[in-house]
Amino acid sequence: MTAFAHHFSFEFRAGLRNRTLLLLNILFPLGFFLLGGALMTGVNPAFKDTLIPAMIFFAVLASTMLGMPDALVAARSAGIFRSYRIHGIPQLSILAMPALTTLFRVLIVAAIMIVLAPPLFNAPLPVNMGGLLLAFLLLTFACAGLGLLLGVVSPNANTTVMLAQAIFLPSMLIGGLMMPSSALPDALQKIALLLPTTHAMNIANGLGYGMETAIDPYVSALALVAGGLLATGLAAYLFSWDQDHETRRGSPWLALIALLPYALMMIVQFVG
Amino acid sequence: MPDQVVTVHDFTKRYGDFTAVDSVSFEVHKGDVFGLLGPNGAGKTTTLECLEGLRKPDGGTLRVMGVDPTRDPHRLRNLIGVQLQTSGMPDNITVREAMNLFSAYHGSAPRFDLLERVGLEGKLATQYVALSTGQKRRLQLALAVTHQPQVVILDEPTAGLDVQSRVELHKLIGELQAQGVTIILSSHDMAEVEKLSNRIAILLQGRIVAQGSPRELTAHGAGLTKISIQTERATVSELTALPGVTQRSARDGYDIYFTTDTAATVLTLLEHLKAQGDTLIDLRVERPSLEERFLEITGGKEVVS
Repeated sequence: MTAFAHHFSFEFRAGLRNRTLLLLNILFPLGFFLLGGALMTGVNPAFKDTLIPAMIFFAVLASTMLGMPDALVAARSAGIFRSYRIHGIPQLSILAMPALTTLFRVLIVAAIMIVLAPPLFNAPLPVNMGGLLLAFLLLTFACAGLGLLLGVVSPNANTTVMLAQAIFLPSMLIGGLMMPSSALPDALQKIALLLPTTHAMNIANGLGYGMETAIDPYVSALALVAGGLLATGLAAYLFSWDQDHETRRGSPWLALIALLPYALMMIVQFVG
Repeated sequence: MPDQVVTVHDFTKRYGDFTAVDSVSFEVHKGDVFGLLGPNGAGKTTTLECLEGLRKPDGGTLRVMGVDPTRDPHRLRNLIGVQLQTSGMPDNITVREAMNLFSAYHGSAPRFDLLERVGLEGKLATQYVALSTGQKRRLQLALAVTHQPQVVILDEPTAGLDVQSRVELHKLIGELQAQGVTIILSSHDMAEVEKLSNRIAILLQGRIVAQGSPRELTAHGAGLTKISIQTERATVSELTALPGVTQRSARDGYDIYFTTDTAATVLTLLEHLKAQGDTLIDLRVERPSLEERFLEITGGKEVVS
């Protein structure tokens, strides 16, 4: 087995042994799917039309925003990165492993939801599964990048929670997961373009379910790709091996550049 | 010299305005066990971490097997084995996974025999979080040498170990040295450093204040010999002046003298005993220990690594 394979194998199993990650990556999204699915479709029957992408994207959000950054900050604080460094484990592996194993775990959760949602909640499957898969992969890429970036720039656990919630909560409220973006006031619809979930729902609705969307789904896809690339690149650039950040190459404020593609989308909508 | 394995020349490291290490130079030769001693904040760990490539020096040159740790850290990784003073492992990693993972990144076969050597053969499936402090230190040591490095850097290797584990570790260090491995050791345990090291540097406030073999260091002190004497009636305590004696104290029933004239002091003490009709129980003439020499150099500052 190669070093990369050993690392992936360990990270994946460790994620299942770690109660916090198990909760955030699997149990919490599945529990929310079962409970939220029952409640929301009861309150708002139209919710079932977007239940599958909304619940899958919630799982992506919980795993990447709540699970990944804190684990990175804790590992750096505990000197684990120092150990990795002296044994020649590259920075690329340290950043790639949580993202890849998270993707793998969320993929399992998504598969369970796709199988259970139609019989449990009468939720329709997408007419084009490829559209949903594209939205899922792009959102995971974009959010994993942001999760890594938060873990890299956040100095401690408290700040991590605060920064992660600054993305997680608005995504839940106005990111198209709990209600369609079209139901929001005009200004909020535009502000919601700052959130990756808005674009993922746009792609899923447009390409997966064949719905009409206010923004071209391919433009949303471009925003997620650009956001993911920027966030991942910045996470690699700002990575530090130590809690004292002696090896960090730039100011943590540079992390804000990762929001540029979403901000541009929002500005274009306001100006247009 | 051709067998230089580690060279440090005019090395300086600053943290903001604070100079942690100031123009330090030393060499470590092949097969040496080189001890770094110093009180808290002397710059030992900073020096080691710069040699390991974990920190960047602000001045001077450092080379390990000819490799600059700052410029070529990737080449350095397989040349050195490191047990850090402060480092961690993922809580959920098992001993077996740790051995497999780190060996794989070093490109070497896992050495489960080493785990047996450090008493962890029954812990292969145990997660790191469930290991005792001593077991964690032993695992880290095994992982540090699994890829058969030519230089091993140990920062406080016996901290938290029980007596038996320390003995095992000392044996392991001896075996590594016999195989020609060069070892750089930082420890607060003077006896350990004196026993294991063939060369020692004492750091104080970021500078090397003494360097040499343990014997050289203790011999180059104030030139004092330590004389400890115990008698039945303790009549030597009455003596107020003894030839060559610069310091005196009492401990555990012994009168202790530090003298520049060993023969004259011993003769005077014995003559006094005879005159008083006192009986000698024990008389010891010793060179000062490394610890005493260390305390003399550092002015008795607390020794914490």
